[in-house]
Amino acid sequence: MTVQTRQTVRTTAAERAVPAFLALLFGVFLVLGTGFAHSDAIHNAAHDTRHAFSFPCH
Amino acid sequence: MIGRIFAVALLAGLAAGLAVSVVQHFTTTPIILHAEEFENKPAASLGGHARVDPDARGLTGGRLYLAHEHAPGADAEGWAPEDGLERALYTALANVLTAIGFALVLTAVVYMRGRPVDGRRGVLWGIAGFCVVSLAPALGLPPEVPGSVAAELTARQGWWALCAAATAGGLGFMFLGPRRWMPWAGAALLALPHVIGAPHPEGMGGAVPPELAAHFVAASLVTTAAFWAFLGFATGTLARRFQLT
Repeated sequence: MTVQTRQTVRTTAAERAVPAFLALLFGVFLVLGTGFAHSDAIHNAAHDTRHAFSFPCH
Repeated sequence: MIGRIFAVALLAGLAAGLAVSVVQHFTTTPIILHAEEFENKPAASLGGHARVDPDARGLTGGRLYLAHEHAPGADAEGWAPEDGLERALYTALANVLTAIGFALVLTAVVYMRGRPVDGRRGVLWGIAGFCVVSLAPALGLPPEVPGSVAAELTARQGWWALCAAATAGGLGFMFLGPRRWMPWAGAALLALPHVIGAPHPEGMGGAVPPELAAHFVAASLVTTAAFWAFLGFATGTLARRFQLT
């Protein structure tokens, strides 16, 4: 018989806040880059993605 | 921990971005290509679909744009991928990058919440993401096909960001808020961007037939809903595997 142990390290909200904020910031940066940047080249490359995800386009 | 958050988001975003690229090939992309046929045709050959009178547009103070039309004085359209495989590959790349971006935000919120998560709970988180960035903004700014008439871009982008932020906050208050008044505050936040109202053009009459435009709205929302459900499932499954919470 195998006994599975699941080790969970309790973290406080304050400890979680910094990595969560960094990931959130980077994610928003990526979405703004592909979906919202006004550059013509980025717009044309990501054109169909912007329409399909219904980001405001053009 | 930041490494595990990024690992979960990268893998979930890659999977969901590639999957949605396949689905779009059958749902939204054919409608976009069809709409571009109307967009690129001269008005005379459109049989009554192009109803925007160039003179009438002048009356709106230049605030009405046909999609793809450049403002006076702007440079001609620059580089664009060739139609066919190149365009499909760039779309897939943009899908994957967008999906990784959304996955990072989703993973960050799930991690910050700090409760156990699995694939099924992940789907619920994904549906919340769909409501925040697709469903709620669609009430003010319905998904647009190329060739539709819309208000000035920066104003629409600003309202979209406001709507997404207010909906995220509203859902958070509604479902996660510990105090009794919080669901009410959440409902008020959900309504706020729609009370303010999205920017709309002062006229109508894009080049694309309304049947096609209506079909695109449904195709976009259904495809995006499936994308978010899958992204949530992948994020939840991977977050459990990587013992994120």
